[in-house]
Amino acid sequence: MNGAGGIDCDVHPALPGLSALLPFLDDYWREQVTVRGIGGLDLLCFPHRLPAFGRPDWREGDAKPGASLERMRRDLLDGFGLQLAICNPLYGVEALHNPHFAAALARAMNDWIAAQWLDRETRLRAAITIASQDTEYAVEEIERRAGDRRFVQVLLLAMNAAPLGQRRYWPIYAAAERHGLAVAIHAGGTARHAVTSNGWPSTLIEEYASNAQAVQAHLLSFVHEGVFVKFPRLRLVCAETGFTWLPNFLWRANKTWRGVRAEVPWVDRPPAEIIRAHVRFTLQPADPPPEAADFADALAQLGSDELLLFSTDYPHWQFDGADPFPEGFPANLRGRVAVDNPRATYARLMEEVA
Amino acid sequence: MSPQDAPVIAAEMRTAAKLRIVDCDVHHALRSTADLHPYLPRRWREHFDSFGLRAPVPFAGSSPYPKAAPALSRTDAWPPNGGPPGSDLGFLREQLLDRYGIEIGLLHLLAPSGMDQRNQDFGNALCAAINDWQYECWTQRERRLKAAIVVPGEDADAAVAEIERWAGNGDFVQVSMITHTIEPLGRRRYWPIYEAAQRHNLPVGLHTSGFNGHAVTGTGWCSYYVEEQHHVAISQQQLAMSLVMEGVFERFPALKVVIVEAGLAWVPSLAWRLDRHWARMKDEVPHLTRKPSEYLRRHLWYTTQPADEPERPEDLRRIFDWMGWDRVLFATDYPHWDMDSPEQAFRMRLSDDERRMLYSDNARAVYGLA
Amino acid sequence: MARHVVAATHEIPPGGRKLVTLRGRSIGIFNLDGSYYALLNRCPHQGGELCRGTVTGLATSTEPGRVEYSRHGEMLKCPWHGWEYDIRTGQSWCDPNDTRVRAYEVTVEPGATLARGPFVAETFPVSVEQDYVVVEL
Repeated sequence: MNGAGGIDCDVHPALPGLSALLPFLDDYWREQVTVRGIGGLDLLCFPHRLPAFGRPDWREGDAKPGASLERMRRDLLDGFGLQLAICNPLYGVEALHNPHFAAALARAMNDWIAAQWLDRETRLRAAITIASQDTEYAVEEIERRAGDRRFVQVLLLAMNAAPLGQRRYWPIYAAAERHGLAVAIHAGGTARHAVTSNGWPSTLIEEYASNAQAVQAHLLSFVHEGVFVKFPRLRLVCAETGFTWLPNFLWRANKTWRGVRAEVPWVDRPPAEIIRAHVRFTLQPADPPPEAADFADALAQLGSDELLLFSTDYPHWQFDGADPFPEGFPANLRGRVAVDNPRATYARLMEEVA
Repeated sequence: MSPQDAPVIAAEMRTAAKLRIVDCDVHHALRSTADLHPYLPRRWREHFDSFGLRAPVPFAGSSPYPKAAPALSRTDAWPPNGGPPGSDLGFLREQLLDRYGIEIGLLHLLAPSGMDQRNQDFGNALCAAINDWQYECWTQRERRLKAAIVVPGEDADAAVAEIERWAGNGDFVQVSMITHTIEPLGRRRYWPIYEAAQRHNLPVGLHTSGFNGHAVTGTGWCSYYVEEQHHVAISQQQLAMSLVMEGVFERFPALKVVIVEAGLAWVPSLAWRLDRHWARMKDEVPHLTRKPSEYLRRHLWYTTQPADEPERPEDLRRIFDWMGWDRVLFATDYPHWDMDSPEQAFRMRLSDDERRMLYSDNARAVYGLA
Repeated sequence: MARHVVAATHEIPPGGRKLVTLRGRSIGIFNLDGSYYALLNRCPHQGGELCRGTVTGLATSTEPGRVEYSRHGEMLKCPWHGWEYDIRTGQSWCDPNDTRVRAYEVTVEPGATLARGPFVAETFPVSVEQDYVVVEL
């Protein structure tokens, strides 16, 4: 199968600009935005004119790829015959330094996506945008939105202010677990820290690739802070950050834990076991080996068939043609990845939505 | 795993003796900072005594993440005659070189580091003193040990001068820099160092170390040593990316880089990922004439320690196949706590030829050792 | 299989240990509160001399940040990679099913019994007034 009937766990509707949020901001923030001429809050790490972030046949002139619901229907939902798609809107909310403004924008983003996307297309689901800068605001927003069952997860950016397993973020995870929401960490940067611990790399290629290393930091953090001990029903989704790096990461994580585990005695089993039980990874970009015949071996090293969630990463250009599964992806895993794994990850996808 | 008995050890030791092992990561140490006094000008000796080492870190006498063991070391590596692990040549001979039949050991000094000193002149003086000390107290006294020219890489002119001071001296087989640098190591401020290394046919050995003030991950400071110990290896992936993407190997096509103490099972998946995203964004790096993976495959070598231990031991064979067996250099990291034993580092079966490549031939080729 | 006299009991006080070589194998003898245990002095991981490792307690936790510290002096950490073993059983704490260090039967025998044999005690003049630690190997 090529994804038909599948559940796409990572698609990106684009906010045309901050002006599109004005109707969803209160009077004060609407005036602030206007009077101060605030704008340009798209994330620097996803330049929309770059071919990588808009597949050529999904573009419409100079418009931001992913800005049109019509095109998303045609290219994605109808094009691949999808059952459902989960929207992860990427915008600079978490990168703002003013927590009150960030919280106002998070509210507006969620209202915008509900009104402009979910209300108009029943096959769409969405992530809740939060201002993780301030945990109280973040929880408030989750509570405000949790009743709308079309929101299936909480969204966080990968290059963030701190490793996201740290205790300051736990109220967010408590709220997510309480409401049956997954937590997604998605590629993207807030520029709170240098992209690498060796400083700022010159190229976007390095920065984009480094999202994998950032997610590895979050995985170590979630495991060693004990997030899953505290919130055993929590599901974490790593979106658009690859997965072929996972096996060697798990080996090393297990090895280090065996020697140093007394530092974190609440981690009472190998990190690989914890990660396989709680964490899922979206399919694209798959970053497979160059020889398609090797892909099955690379996947077998993951040690579980339950880890991958089907995704196109629409409208980003991760693959050509009509098959989102990379060449060599085993046929017998496709159905599981396209439907079963997403359903097992997102409890809310099993619900009838009015 | 089943318990191992003495006859097995004996068999392994006989094999080791035949291997003529090259250990690509051995840590010597100062008994105390006074060891450097003979090699420091008075001005810097006094500075060292009164101001001490000042890297961008919080603590006077501890890593920001206190380690798993005293002095980061095996608890059985403290020399009986005193001093910290790695500081006693006789004991290092006994516990490492003689014990495992190691024919050549490549030294990497971790502390003190001159390169991350905030006072750059002091850092330069420190590097020079360290090299004098390495020569007089180690390589001249034990011919099996070879040193790295420690350079103050943040000051490229001074680093090049230090390379020139030692190049051609057979006791020094590579140039070494810390890896937690102010800018990623592919950036141009470091290129004069690569130029000098290439000109003298010295590999550049990059052992995870040093402090630069940046958070230990691209998403901030982690809480625990169990995380940080893994992140120092992860950061080497980004270092490799930087060297490739900046075009260092286009500009210095004979340059060899050895990534030390980061394990290596990450190399294939990093290569796949870089190739994929380079293919989409290659307009950004027109100076590259090859896929990123080809630079990783031609210009970089990787030491084994800490040995990757897959849940299915034979998975490591796939990793070596994918990255190229000729890239793999054995290292013990003696005397540190996460060291590998030459006898039991790998849980998969190796043929004699494979063993010879990993433990000996590959390193001899990279470093031009007989 | 033979019974080896390895020490007089007073040589290894509670919390103490002694390394001996029996039939070519290095073995560590430990005294935990008056009971004696013997482990092969070789970590199954990479062959470190386990019985020279640090003796610790056991840290466990069911709530991040709150640690229960128990079993004082009953765990042995390999001097190399810090793997933790239960001195009483040789079981690895992290991987109890698949990793264990060889443990040997230890008994305490009065010298009077040993005098009747059979036992191996080349280096031990046995006196009937004392008790001895005996390892089966």
